[in-house]
Amino acid sequence: MSSKLSQKMGLGAGGMIGGRVALKLDPQALAHLTSGRQVALVTGTNGKTTSTMMLSRAVSFLGEVATNHGGANMPDGHVTALSKQPDAPYAVLEVDEGYFPEVVRAAAPAVAVLLNLSRDQLDRVGEVRTIEKSLRTALASVTGVVVANCDDIMVTSAARDSANVVWVATGTGWHNDAASCPRCGDPIRWQGEHWQCTGCDLARPRPQWVTGDGYLVTPNGVKVELSLRLPGKFNQANAVMAAAAAAALGVPVEEAVQRLRAVSNVAGRYRTIQRSGHRARLLLSKNPAGWSETLTVVREADHPAVLVINAHEADGRDLSWLWDVPFERLRGRQVIASGERATDLAVRLTYAEVEHTIVPDPLLAIDAMPPGPVEVIANYTAFRDLNARAAQ
Amino acid sequence: MSTSKVQIALVLPDLLGTYGDFGNAVVLEKRMTWRGISAEIVNIRFGEPVPESCDIYVVGGGEDTAQTLAVRHLREHPGMQRAAARGAVILGVCAGIQIFGESFTRADQVTHAGLGLIDSTSHAGGSRAIGEVIATPADGLFEGLLTGFENHQGRTVLGPSARPLAHVKVGTGNDGSVEGAVQGRILCTYLHGPVLPRNPQIADLLIEWATGIKPGPLDLPDVTRLRAERAKAAGVPL
Repeated sequence: MSSKLSQKMGLGAGGMIGGRVALKLDPQALAHLTSGRQVALVTGTNGKTTSTMMLSRAVSFLGEVATNHGGANMPDGHVTALSKQPDAPYAVLEVDEGYFPEVVRAAAPAVAVLLNLSRDQLDRVGEVRTIEKSLRTALASVTGVVVANCDDIMVTSAARDSANVVWVATGTGWHNDAASCPRCGDPIRWQGEHWQCTGCDLARPRPQWVTGDGYLVTPNGVKVELSLRLPGKFNQANAVMAAAAAAALGVPVEEAVQRLRAVSNVAGRYRTIQRSGHRARLLLSKNPAGWSETLTVVREADHPAVLVINAHEADGRDLSWLWDVPFERLRGRQVIASGERATDLAVRLTYAEVEHTIVPDPLLAIDAMPPGPVEVIANYTAFRDLNARAAQ
Repeated sequence: MSTSKVQIALVLPDLLGTYGDFGNAVVLEKRMTWRGISAEIVNIRFGEPVPESCDIYVVGGGEDTAQTLAVRHLREHPGMQRAAARGAVILGVCAGIQIFGESFTRADQVTHAGLGLIDSTSHAGGSRAIGEVIATPADGLFEGLLTGFENHQGRTVLGPSARPLAHVKVGTGNDGSVEGAVQGRILCTYLHGPVLPRNPQIADLLIEWATGIKPGPLDLPDVTRLRAERAKAAGVPL
C-alpha cells in the first residue's frame, strides 16, 4: 500500500516508504528479516547497483534471491526488498557506504563485497578516509567471507583486518585519494600493478581472482570468458567481484558468469532510447572516478555527447568535483551541456577547450543533436529524472 | 619571473586536491595562455621535493589527516615558504587558509603549528559551514562580488598583519563576518567552486601580481552567466 503511495508521490520507484514505516514499527526489522537467510552485502563508491544485480543473478542458481534492485540502498530499502520476498533463502543487498556498519550488525552477512572507495559527494557522504575507517571496523566483525578489490588501496586497508578475505585484482582503482597510506600516512609507491606503503607493511595482497581484458582467472587458474553485454572495464571488474562473491556462496564459476553475462540494463542504465531520430544511450556517472570511466567508454566511438548535471542533496551540492573529471578527452566532439547546473559544466568545458552549447533540458538537448547515436551521461538526480521522463 | 614561462605549482594535489583544486591551476594557465603569456602547471606530488622557483603556488583543500601530512611535507621541503619570502604569489584554499596561519586547532582540541605564512589562527567551529557564499571585496581589492561554495568546520581569526579578502553577505567565511585573508602576495579563501573559475577577477589579480602586468579583458560568456546564476541562487542578484 505505502509502496504504491510512494510511487504515486514520485518518491523514487516505491522502494522506500514501506521500509521506513516497518522500521518505525520494529527497529529490529532488518535483523528479523535477514535471520535464517544467507546474506550477501555489496558496498563501495561505484558499481554497487550493477554488481548487486550481477550477484543476485548468479546466486539465483542456488535458489530464490531477495534483492533491492534499483539503488534503494539504505535500511528502509532493505526492509522493503526483504519483506517482498519473505521466503527467499538468499538475500543480495546493495548498501550505502554510510549505513554499512549498521547493516552488517543487523544482517550478519555470509559474504561482504567491497568494490572501491573514492571521493563522492563530500558535503553529504564525508571524506574517504573517514568512510574507510568505519568500513574497516565493520568488516573486521564479519565472520563470513569478505570479497575485496586489492587494486584499490583504501579497500585493501578497510578489508585487511578481516578473518577471511578473498582478494580480487580488478585492474581498477582511483588513486587520486590514496597518495598517502590510510594506515600510517606515508607515501604509497607503485611499481607496475603492485603498490606498497613506504612507511608500514600495507601492500597489495596477492589476488586469488584476476580480471583480464574480457576474461577472469579463478583461484584454480581456470580462465573464463566474460563476454559481457555491459560496456567498459569497470563492468568487467564488477563481474569478477560478483563471480568471486557467488563462489563464496557455492555457485560454480561457469554458472555464475553465464547468468551475470545476460545483464544489459541496470535500473535504466546503459539502455538506449529512441527519440526524434536519435538513438540515445543513457549512462549514469556520479563522481570523478565514475565519470572518468564513462568517458573512456564513450571514447570507443566519436558520437555526440549530452552531459547532464544537477546538484541536489543526493548529487552533492558542491560541484567542485567537475574539475576532477578529465573532460579534456571530449575535445573535437560535439557536446551539449545540460541539466539544472549546465552553466557550471559549461565553464568547466570552456577551460577544457571543449566546444559546446548549453541546452538545460536534456531531452531537448538530445533533439538538438544531428540524427543518429548520442551518448547521454548524467549524474544521479539528472539521470533519475531523465529516465522517468524517457519512460513516459 | 624565474623562467620565460610562468610556472604554476599545483602543490600536493594528491593530498590537498579534495575540492577540484586542479581547476584553480587550469584557470590561471588558460587565462595566461589565451592572452599570449606562456604558462605551465607543475604538479608537486606527495613524497616529492617542492621547488622554490615557481611563480604561483596553488594549495587546495584536504581532509584532516591529509592536512597534517601536507604540513609535515611542506616543512621538510620548504620551497614554497622560500618562494613566499621572495614575493612569489600563493593561493591557499580551505585547508590552505588554515595551514598557512600560525596555528590551527582541530575539533579534538589538539593545536598544530601552521606554516606561519599569514598572521592568523584557526580553530574548529561548533558547526560545519556548508553552502553558497557571496561576499563583497575588502579595500577595493577586486571588482564585483566574490562567489563560491564553502564546506568547512574551521573558523579563522586574522592578526594585524593580514587583512580580509572580502566581507560576507551570505554564508560564513572565516567567522560569519569576513572571508579569506591577504598578506603581501598570499591570498587565502575558504571558497571552492573552485574559486577561480567562479571569480575570474581574482585569477587576473594573481596573474597581475605574478607578471607585473594587468591583463586585458577576456570575455567568457559562460563565466558571466555562471556568476549571475550563483548570485541569484544565493539571493543576491549581481
